[in-house]
Amino acid sequence: MEILVCVKRVPDTAENEIAVKADGTDIVRDDVVYSVNEWDNYAVEEAIQIRDNVGGTVTVVSVGDEESEEIIRREMAMGADKGVLLSDAAFEGSDGLGVATILKSFVDKGKYDLILTGALADDGAGQVGGMLAALLDLPYASVVNKIEVKGDKLLVGREIEGGNQEMNEISLPCVLSIQTGINEPRYVGIRGIRKVASLEIPCDGKDACGLDAGVVGAAGSKVKRLTYFVPELGEGAEMIEGSTEEQVEKVIEILKAKGGIK
Amino acid sequence: MEHLALLPPSGAAFFGIPVWFLAVVIPVAAICIFVRTLALRLQPLMKAAPDVRTDRIFTRTWYMLKFAFGQYKQPRYWTAGVLHIAIFAGFIILSARSITLVFLGVTDGFYLPGLNPESFTGAAYNILKDMAATAVLIACALAAVRRGIFKPERYNVPPKIGHDHTGEAVLILGMISGLMLADGFFEGSLAAAQAAQGITPHFLLPATVPWFASKLLAGASLESLQAWHTNAYMVHEVIFFTFLNVLPLGKHFHVITSIPNVWLAKLDKGTVKPVRYGLEREQLDELESLGVKKVTDFTWKHILDFYSCADCGRCSDQCPANAVGRPLSPRFISIKCRDKLFRIFPLKGEGEPNDELIGSVLSEDEIWSCTTCGACENECPILIQYIDKIVDLRRGLVDAGNVPQSLQKPLSALEKRGNPYGKMEKKRAEWTKDIKDEAPVRVLDIAKGDTADTLYFVDSITSFDDQICSIAKAAARALTTAGEEVAVLGPAEKDSGHEVRRFGEEFLFMDLKDQNTEAILSSGAKKIITTDPHAFNCLKKDYENLPPVEHISTTLLRLVRQGRLHLDAADPEKIYTYHDPCYLGRHNDLYEDPRQLLDSIPGLKRVEMARSRDTSFCCGGGGLMLFYEPEEETRMGSIRVDMANKAGANVIVTACPFCKVNMEDAIKTSGLEGKMVAVDLAELIDAHVVRPEKKAEPQAA
Repeated sequence: MEILVCVKRVPDTAENEIAVKADGTDIVRDDVVYSVNEWDNYAVEEAIQIRDNVGGTVTVVSVGDEESEEIIRREMAMGADKGVLLSDAAFEGSDGLGVATILKSFVDKGKYDLILTGALADDGAGQVGGMLAALLDLPYASVVNKIEVKGDKLLVGREIEGGNQEMNEISLPCVLSIQTGINEPRYVGIRGIRKVASLEIPCDGKDACGLDAGVVGAAGSKVKRLTYFVPELGEGAEMIEGSTEEQVEKVIEILKAKGGIK
Repeated sequence: MEHLALLPPSGAAFFGIPVWFLAVVIPVAAICIFVRTLALRLQPLMKAAPDVRTDRIFTRTWYMLKFAFGQYKQPRYWTAGVLHIAIFAGFIILSARSITLVFLGVTDGFYLPGLNPESFTGAAYNILKDMAATAVLIACALAAVRRGIFKPERYNVPPKIGHDHTGEAVLILGMISGLMLADGFFEGSLAAAQAAQGITPHFLLPATVPWFASKLLAGASLESLQAWHTNAYMVHEVIFFTFLNVLPLGKHFHVITSIPNVWLAKLDKGTVKPVRYGLEREQLDELESLGVKKVTDFTWKHILDFYSCADCGRCSDQCPANAVGRPLSPRFISIKCRDKLFRIFPLKGEGEPNDELIGSVLSEDEIWSCTTCGACENECPILIQYIDKIVDLRRGLVDAGNVPQSLQKPLSALEKRGNPYGKMEKKRAEWTKDIKDEAPVRVLDIAKGDTADTLYFVDSITSFDDQICSIAKAAARALTTAGEEVAVLGPAEKDSGHEVRRFGEEFLFMDLKDQNTEAILSSGAKKIITTDPHAFNCLKKDYENLPPVEHISTTLLRLVRQGRLHLDAADPEKIYTYHDPCYLGRHNDLYEDPRQLLDSIPGLKRVEMARSRDTSFCCGGGGLMLFYEPEEETRMGSIRVDMANKAGANVIVTACPFCKVNMEDAIKTSGLEGKMVAVDLAELIDAHVVRPEKKAEPQAA
């Protein structure tokens, strides 16, 4: 099976203290560390497992600046066969549809049976998977947490309200957006990264993608981000007093009352 | 030639066959089989990874004398130890007798050089060996009763691992007893015949096996005595050569391998073996696979360890992971890997495939369960190592990407931020701000060329954990009061990487080590102080070319002795107990300084827990182990807190940030809150330091 996984480089929420710039145009980027978007990492692991079971190749593609090479390499160290960066000054400031358009141009040049994206990104809006499927006119399932290959079809599970599971059959080729927890992504050690450090990662710009500057980038965006701000602090949290036992009892009471535990 | 009371074996016949013939055929056949077995057993050692074990021959020889011949560790388990020493000493003494007997079958009157029975030494030896044989027989009987009837718990084999090993043990004890009895009757029958024929019998020490045999056989006919004599000889011959060939089949291989195994032991505790001996760092990138995946990926010495394991169970009896029900028992690492080796390289027929250990022989959880506390290694009578094997297995798991999800985030944070919490580098010296008035700590700016004579290496948990940085503050305050300047690397300090290395991520460790080494050397420090035993061990043993490293307990003890720190009297209501951190005690032999420092607090009442010093019980592990979620029935900390409670203590003093975290958690989960507290030694000293009342600052004019 030919599998394409779309990945994104994002600020690592676990390893940064995110602050908003005073003018609200962006977050403060000095001293921020980045990693591959967590959902995308699960998608790559799933693709590798499918490939290892049924054969084929896994290609990883990312729309981003040159720095995104780092995460493509990381996913290749994990086991992806090919990696491609789609990067161009004209792509900067693309909205969700813009990114989906760029990715579509890449998908059109190859032949993929299965296209995976993360369900959402730490710094995104969870749009690209669905839009890409629509642009490609392919079937789509979102927030997928289980995949089973059945010939030219897939059985895909989706998590629905209350932790319940829904199973669907979907025909290939298709686009799926992957939920975290679908698998346990393998660890990529420093040695693994060193091994792929010298690999050439091909980079396609707008011309190679056959795109007009007008449909992508800030110019082509129909959604414009106006500002970032930190919400004003609401009322303080309720502090639970008493001995450990009393505190535990109170917490259980609150959780039961709000439906957290049954 | 004196008149012979009975025909010697060399002149007698056994079921019509001349004994001299059997005495040639049996040894030759047995030795051929034995050599073949050994050759087959050597196969995996030849295929194994390299190891360096022939340096420092004087230390090695001393180890062999102390631990192998001296049986130094045996009495730590009193009953089994004494029985073992009796049997071992007997074997050493009787080895000459056994060789003599083999030759007596061919040539009568044979004796080894220096042991002529007519000479004093020969006669003395004959008495000594009778005493030894008697002691061995008694020890075997007691050991058989102990194993067969009392069945000490530590010999149990869980059903999922395999069958009980009692049969194997009792068979060997039976064979040894058989040898002792056979020789006894061989000699006893001769003495009885000599007595019957009025010949002065050679001296038999009363109450030894041959003496009893001679008494038992007194009055028997000459033919019957002749039969006893020849048959006893043959029984000895057959058991002896069967025994030789049974040894390499199981745990009694240790009879052959353990003496060399001790000579080849690891000499530097607390260190971790290189990924592969003989390879430079750059060459590691070229390795196809890293760490241990198949059993032959272990080094040859580690395979010799598997062969040498006597299955005594002391390691697992001491193992805290085993005690809390984690799926790890060091003993079975050895036994399972040994059995796997035996199946891959069988003595007959096709071997099974040399496939990956994880998933069939060992489990991932088993390998991640180890806290590397070293209790197992410290207990092993024949110095079998486990930590290096666990680390090599983890290196294999890391190489294959099989790292528990709970450890991936902290590893990624260590890679990006130099600490497992993902905190910003610039916040590393944040704790110094709270104490800037009472104890100003100099945060070096390495890039600007700042230097310091003494460097305080704080490490991650003490830098970033809100509850634990109190240790750093206390240490800084105490040092400042004593007039020492305190300097830290701040953002330039990275995690020491102690657990990163022991969790198998060697390459990440090397990155951290490089960064720290550069920063420390740039600081020009002539001495490093640390409050964290893991950092202490790491800088001392995993790093090279650093200035000397000292744990704060040593520093503070010196300052107290020099009269630079004066301590207030202890609270008379409190009873203190000191918990030895694994990486201060067992891995670095630092047992006394912390205790003497505690005792320098006037009036302090201190008790010892049942397990202390080198049998200290791990708190649950530090560094990355705090992130790992093991399967377990209880927590190590809970057991430890319970031990402190039983010792009558209400304050547990530790000297390690991780011990403090685990003890505090355990006090809460054991419902001892309010009854017991855990405190770090540096904090305790700081709280008792007498400081001149700070004079009010003169008002600015």
